[in-house]
Amino acid sequence: MESLKCRSGSVKKRWFTMARVKLKRKKFVLPSRYILAIITFFCIAMMLLTFFTDAVSAPLSGIAAYTVVPFERGFDSIGSKFTARMNDFKNLKEVLDKNEALQNRVNELSQLNSQLTRDRYELEELREFYGLSDQLSDYETVGARVIGKDPGNWFSVFVIDKGSRDGLAVNMNVITGSGLVGIITEVGTNWASVRSIIDDSSNVSAMVLNTEDSVVVNGDLKLIANGDIRFEHLLDEDDKVVKGDQIVTSNISDKFLPGINIGYISSIDKDPNNLTKSGTLTPGVDFKHINTVLVIKELKAGKTD
Amino acid sequence: MIRKSIEFVLVFVCFLLQCTLFKFISLGGIAPNLLIILTSAFGFMKGRTEGMFVGFFSGLMVDVLFGNGIIGLYTLIYTYIGFFNGMFNRMFFPDDVRLPILLITFSDLIYCFVVYVLTFLLRSRFDFGYYVLHIIIPEAVYTIFITILFYRLLLKIETSLERHGFE
Repeated sequence: MESLKCRSGSVKKRWFTMARVKLKRKKFVLPSRYILAIITFFCIAMMLLTFFTDAVSAPLSGIAAYTVVPFERGFDSIGSKFTARMNDFKNLKEVLDKNEALQNRVNELSQLNSQLTRDRYELEELREFYGLSDQLSDYETVGARVIGKDPGNWFSVFVIDKGSRDGLAVNMNVITGSGLVGIITEVGTNWASVRSIIDDSSNVSAMVLNTEDSVVVNGDLKLIANGDIRFEHLLDEDDKVVKGDQIVTSNISDKFLPGINIGYISSIDKDPNNLTKSGTLTPGVDFKHINTVLVIKELKAGKTD
Repeated sequence: MIRKSIEFVLVFVCFLLQCTLFKFISLGGIAPNLLIILTSAFGFMKGRTEGMFVGFFSGLMVDVLFGNGIIGLYTLIYTYIGFFNGMFNRMFFPDDVRLPILLITFSDLIYCFVVYVLTFLLRSRFDFGYYVLHIIIPEAVYTIFITILFYRLLLKIETSLERHGFE
């Protein structure tokens, strides 16, 4: 045993001398443990720095603007062309049927539209009469294409192809024709990332349109598969809110402009505390097929009224 | 240097594929994780330092575009995955496909678990069972499937790099 130890010691010694000789010949390489430690400290420092300031993220997003984003645009157009071609063959019959149905709907709607236009004139007149400002006036919007999606399966964040160059800023609301999509969380010169309202970390202060009761709309990963969103903290003592009621963004939200459609209540239940209600709503936007969006170039904080 | 540039280009291409074309092949909203395959593969094929290099840049790209304002979280996770895969470098033989698949699967599971703990559990989303069944397992299975196709290509790139003597 003793001799074995001795022997292993000498082997070790020889190995060390060999290693030293080798080191002299080869250039010095930092052991990976130390590199890992350095990267760990670096990352933790970056996390703290980016959490409290914007000092680092601005140049990095600048780099992304000229490296990743142009390629993403290219890839995305290839992908959409490919799927579009696939769908061409598949959906022709379906589309023809749909076209007929939609034609009927157009007739219905145009009739309704003329009626509503009449009402609108009347409304404008009355508003003028009472001196009310038009709160739901048309916001200035800019169209953008969705060019990339969050690489993981946990969050619903996507990248659009317009950025600060086009006048976009953090906290601007993103919509489609049918309702609220999300909010801008990061902006580069020619890109912006948008957190959609179905994202698990999304909270939107909203209200029920016809009763003006305020609710909070939370994204929930568990409901994404059904295409639903959860809403909570509805104080509805008289049970006036029912299934099918429309939910829109509220006046008291600090980031979302008021009166944007979110969706319609699909289920509603009393909470265990017996005071508030919660449930699910079906969003107006089809989040599985978003290709183009509109960004409202107006911030809630900048609104003066 | 040439090796590093090629690795960087690979990370770049995989990230782009992940963000764009993979949303077209996702099944039920679940897409495979190409960046984990890449990081893990370079870890066990080439060692800890190389794994960390690939992991670092993979994570950094995710952080810059999708980090929600915090840069460093995904960089850290991917770097550690590269490092730990590098520990199995000694057990790696190019002909044996079992170890790579095993390692990549474990890496993906651990990655998912860490992401769950850091971004979901800390926001008091406690239903771990649901997330395992509906996100983590499907992602891991899909990732294994892509690994079987993608790993051969990576191995070919790595052997040709080695043949040309790029260290």
